[in-house]
Amino acid sequence: MKILVCISHVPDTTAKINFTPDNKEFISQGVTFIINPYDEIALARAIELTDGGKGTVTAINIGDASTEPTIRKALAIGATDAIRVNAAPRDGYFVAAQVAHIAKQNSYDIILCGRESSDHNSASVPSMIAEMLGVPAISSAKKLDVEGTNATLEREIEGGKEIVTTAFPFVAGASEGMAEPKIPNMRGIMSARTKPLIVAEPIEVKQLSNVVSYDKPASRSSVKLIAPEDAGKLWEMIREEKKVI
Amino acid sequence: MGVLVYVENVEGKFKKSTFELISYGFALAQKLGSSVTALSIGEVGDEELQKLSQYGATKILSAKNDRLKTVNVQPFAAVIAEATKAEGSKVVVLSASFSGKAIAARVAVKLEAGLGENVVEIPDTSNGFIVKKGAYSGKAFALVQITSDIKVISVVANSFKVIENKVSGEINAFSPPLNDNDFKLTVKETIRATDKISLPDAELVVSAGRGMKGPEHWGMIEELAGILGAATACSKPVSDAGWRPHSEHVGQTGIAISPNLYVAIGISGAIQHLAGVSSSKVIVVVNKDAEAPFFKAADYGIVGDAFEVVPKLIEAAKKFKSGHN
Ligand SMILES: Cc1cc2nc3c(=O)[nH]c(=O)nc-3n(C[C@H](O)[C@H](O)[C@H](O)COP(=O)(O)OP(=O)(O)OC[C@H]3O[C@@H](n4cnc5c(N)ncnc54)[C@H](O)[C@@H]3O)c2cc1C
Ligand SMILES: Nc1ncnc2c1ncn2[C@@H]1O[C@H](COP(=O)(O)O)[C@@H](O)[C@H]1O
Repeated sequence: MKILVCISHVPDTTAKINFTPDNKEFISQGVTFIINPYDEIALARAIELTDGGKGTVTAINIGDASTEPTIRKALAIGATDAIRVNAAPRDGYFVAAQVAHIAKQNSYDIILCGRESSDHNSASVPSMIAEMLGVPAISSAKKLDVEGTNATLEREIEGGKEIVTTAFPFVAGASEGMAEPKIPNMRGIMSARTKPLIVAEPIEVKQLSNVVSYDKPASRSSVKLIAPEDAGKLWEMIREEKKVI
Repeated sequence: MGVLVYVENVEGKFKKSTFELISYGFALAQKLGSSVTALSIGEVGDEELQKLSQYGATKILSAKNDRLKTVNVQPFAAVIAEATKAEGSKVVVLSASFSGKAIAARVAVKLEAGLGENVVEIPDTSNGFIVKKGAYSGKAFALVQITSDIKVISVVANSFKVIENKVSGEINAFSPPLNDNDFKLTVKETIRATDKISLPDAELVVSAGRGMKGPEHWGMIEELAGILGAATACSKPVSDAGWRPHSEHVGQTGIAISPNLYVAIGISGAIQHLAGVSSSKVIVVVNKDAEAPFFKAADYGIVGDAFEVVPKLIEAAKKFKSGHN
């Protein structure tokens, strides 16, 4: 079994998000970067599925050289090898096109992504890769089991879930529940240094969108405190002042 | 610059969020000097389809086929792409639901169209086509210019109001050819908690955290939600501990929601939790610790013990509901 896991390099979940004064760029100085939490789940499941010599796990990232520590971490956690496509990830379409290009050359059985990245939040890359390859995708999967060359997955839907089956090859976006993230051990960290990390150059992709600027949510005016004994007045207050109920 | 809106149905019926989406499409079409075509896929009756014209759909395409009875992302995307070409539409609007986003991504690839996901406002069309979308897990917005000829956008629930715009909507059957290659995924079982309001598009949400001490205390949370007509949600440790299902977990690694009202009970307000709820219009926080960080992100705060405050909220909600219904 050959599994490709898409690893996105994102700010730590506690990071303060700030932009340059012209609001055009994210300020990455002083920010710790991590493997996108959902991608950690995908990676953990891929390692479980191939455990004991049942296959290989290739980690792929589309990013410039600054993402290498994140890729090395994926290797330390247990990926067999890794590919970095040397380009700033312009948008989801660009990322998906790079992954699809690599996938066409290597015929993976499963391509695992995270359900969504914590920076772009697009939840689009897995479905785009699948469309480019003409294969099914389960964009938000809480469970993934494999038997032979068939898989059963639990897909998240509004207000419920669905059990779906499909044959290799397919793409899935990992969501909570698929696996517990793995922490690298000392041996993993040592071996990660010598595992193969190939740097590939990007293919050309038509530009369809670009970020003009960023904006931060308006901060709330200060909180209006209600004494616990007056709690009963809350609903009328909200109705009068905010008109949402 | 015709606008094509894909409308999801649940068992043959449209939800309020669908009418929101048509209203959104209508507002956008007016800015572009064009009109709205709605595309429904699946078994929806004419009477239900006709409702779409109340919100501005002048043309209603209905794709019915035995193979399209339930949502299936791949063939649905193919049908939407075909309809876009047939109508010559320039903007395709979908809802930012799980399936909506997956379909949108495929439609964008098929049409080589730029994609704007999780859009929260009507696009700015004064100079090009710029959408405002959520980014950095609720901590920011990105303004994205879509430069392709056709644009595909998915719109977050509750970001636009339902507005009546009665037009005469004409229903047309639409039946493009289907491709067997699009049917490689089999749905074995669909499990839907139909008695519950679905969290992602709920207008009101009552949420609780570790401050509730244990799953046995959720009765009062459910009771309050029931009276208000709200969906229930929880913090991550609560679902991790199995007190509540994962589908209720909101935040950076859970579902991101933007209801009109979010009531947080016994939740500290960690940055990862806030990431998923801070775009709620009104936030109420009940916490016994006056220093809990959530109060800084709240509109209304009650510093007190949930076990004393929530029963009061329940009593008051009963009176409130009987007074305003
Ligand atoms: C990578 C990562 C991702 C994460 N993603 C998420 C996410 O998506 N969603 C999420 O929620 N968390 C997430 N977390 C966890 C987050 O950091 C917090 O740990 C979590 O939100 C805390 O949950 P809580 O508020 O229920 O519990 P606590 O932080 O333990 O807070 C409980 C609160 O209840 C109050 N309380 C106690 N007793 C009472 C009482 N009787 N009456 C009233 N109030 C009371 C306390 O004062 C306290 O403020 C994530 C963490 C990481 C590292
Ligand atoms: N630059 C990237 N490199 C590799 N994988 C990525 C990249 N960006 C996104 N992905 C993958 O696509 C998933 C969904 O991302 P998104 O569509 O941006 O929400 C992520 O969880 C990753 O698995």
